[in-house]
Amino acid sequence: MTVPNLHIYVLAAPLLTAFFVNLFGRRSNTVIAILTIGSLTFSSLASLVVMSGILKHGQINYVVGNWQAPYGIELVVDHLSALMLVLISVVALLASMSALKSVSQEVPGREHQLFTLYLILIAGLMGLVLTGDTFNLYVMLEITSITAYGLIAMGKGRAPLASFNYVIMGSVGACFYLLGVGYLYLMTGSLNMADIYQILQTMDGGAAVATAFAFILIGLWIKMAFFPLHGWLPNAYSLAPTGVALIAAPLMTKVTIYLMVRVMFSVFSAEYNFVQHQLAQNIIVWTAAVGIICASAMALAQRDLKRMLSYIIVAEVGYMVGGIWLANETGMTGAILHIVNDALMTLCLFLAVAAIIYRLGSCEFDQLQGIYRKMPITMAAFTVGAFSMIGIPPTAGFFSKWYLLLGGIEAGQWGYVVALLFSSLVNAILFFRIIEIGFFHRDGEPHSHEEAAKAPLSMQIPLMVSAATLIIIGLSSGSLVDAIIKLTIPIGF
Amino acid sequence: MEQFTASIIAKYNYWIYVTLMMIGFYAMIGKRNLVKKLIGMNIFQTAIILMFVSSGVKIGAKIPILDKHKALEHGIGVAGVVNPLPHVLMLTAIVVSVSVTGVALAILLRIYRKYGTLDEDEILEKLGK
Repeated sequence: MTVPNLHIYVLAAPLLTAFFVNLFGRRSNTVIAILTIGSLTFSSLASLVVMSGILKHGQINYVVGNWQAPYGIELVVDHLSALMLVLISVVALLASMSALKSVSQEVPGREHQLFTLYLILIAGLMGLVLTGDTFNLYVMLEITSITAYGLIAMGKGRAPLASFNYVIMGSVGACFYLLGVGYLYLMTGSLNMADIYQILQTMDGGAAVATAFAFILIGLWIKMAFFPLHGWLPNAYSLAPTGVALIAAPLMTKVTIYLMVRVMFSVFSAEYNFVQHQLAQNIIVWTAAVGIICASAMALAQRDLKRMLSYIIVAEVGYMVGGIWLANETGMTGAILHIVNDALMTLCLFLAVAAIIYRLGSCEFDQLQGIYRKMPITMAAFTVGAFSMIGIPPTAGFFSKWYLLLGGIEAGQWGYVVALLFSSLVNAILFFRIIEIGFFHRDGEPHSHEEAAKAPLSMQIPLMVSAATLIIIGLSSGSLVDAIIKLTIPIGF
Repeated sequence: MEQFTASIIAKYNYWIYVTLMMIGFYAMIGKRNLVKKLIGMNIFQTAIILMFVSSGVKIGAKIPILDKHKALEHGIGVAGVVNPLPHVLMLTAIVVSVSVTGVALAILLRIYRKYGTLDEDEILEKLGK
């Protein structure tokens, strides 16, 4: 079965449904659930069809509004963006099932507003991975960010303050990106990624192109919370409503890392990144190493599960940025595989957190005593996610970390290798501490905190699916690398 | 020194945008009032918009509104019209910047209702208690 332009429907489904959620969702939550899950199920299935089409026939270029590239906006679906499209729609589907319950408990009465933004956010993320135009990418970046600002500000307590901080930081990031695009446009006269790539091959850009490259990278690093530009992330993700953290934590940083890969290899060339800027390459890998160590250390100091996970996300960003800048095939394979794995394991852990918060009302460590007896299924899935984060085989996290380690050794970047090992060790301490509190500490007296509700099946099913996916992806990571990821790495590295 | 001055005068539009950008950046980082931070962000975005728009300018050129039939017959003298593309791009960037400002103002409203102030130090003081 072939449907022409199916990939555009993958994006259109959540975007159009968002408006219907706003119109018809006021009355009942059932309507919101049907619309959201329906559109995301459609997106997931369609993105799988697109993926299989790409595997058979190769890259698709789609010209929007029949304005031919490089003048019009082009959508490009290659192996990497198809993989990201599947990842985004599946993660969004699983997250939204759980978010529907969590949101109606945390922000009652405003579900239709939240899910309108939620679906636009997902559409924006899909747009980011589909676009082949640098300016269009800026617009999509701002669509995802603006919706995220609004969603985070819906949280309780200090959430608006965290969101405002994110607005300021996020806008600086987006402006830097735009400035970089401006410099590139002044130098090449084009905005189409493939066209800029061709033009840059034939010209010696000198300082102006290097400035453009630096601005774009720094802009994206602010957006992905790469250490030391991560200041906004821990507050924003831990204070956001849990349902929002469910979608933002697994996807937003990971998609931005994808954007860095795209800019590095589809706009600039591997030769430009790694040969002409060798000093910068070393500095970036070292920064990543320092970032991994600092973020892991800060994670150790947290007494709240959600906050601890937010710091782990910052450390994981360091893994992937470092892995790509190792400038060898193994490191890049590891980094791209880690984008997939990290999205899934963050999803798994946050789904478990959502179930815990739904039941207990909070996820501070003191609350977690005896949690394994109260919520055995949730905690079993949490343990799988935790093992994956630590990197214990056969969970997915082990394989990508293994590639990253081998890549680090191959490149002789020992600082990065040490940082990876240190971070795995810290993750082991972090998660075994929770397992210890949850499994061995008995709560002698009944809790003063009253339990909110039992975690419903619609929160546990996506949790179990995501935990199972971690093991399945782990066991089939060899074929995933051979079939897709090998093809996304530029030739010669 | 003369060369330096000449290079500044030749590309004065870029110097203006850099100066504006730095003013905005200072306001975002240095000011303690949240509204001033937001205004700093706006100045920062405007600086970039000016950079794009000024890059399309050609001295002595006309606005890019062309007679279709004449253009098809005689072609377009590219030097005679300003480059419209950066302007169009900035139309989108202005929309983005307005929406970010709108969202930020709404968030500020919530902060003000909650803490009764928009000064960062006072908010932190209230949080500390």
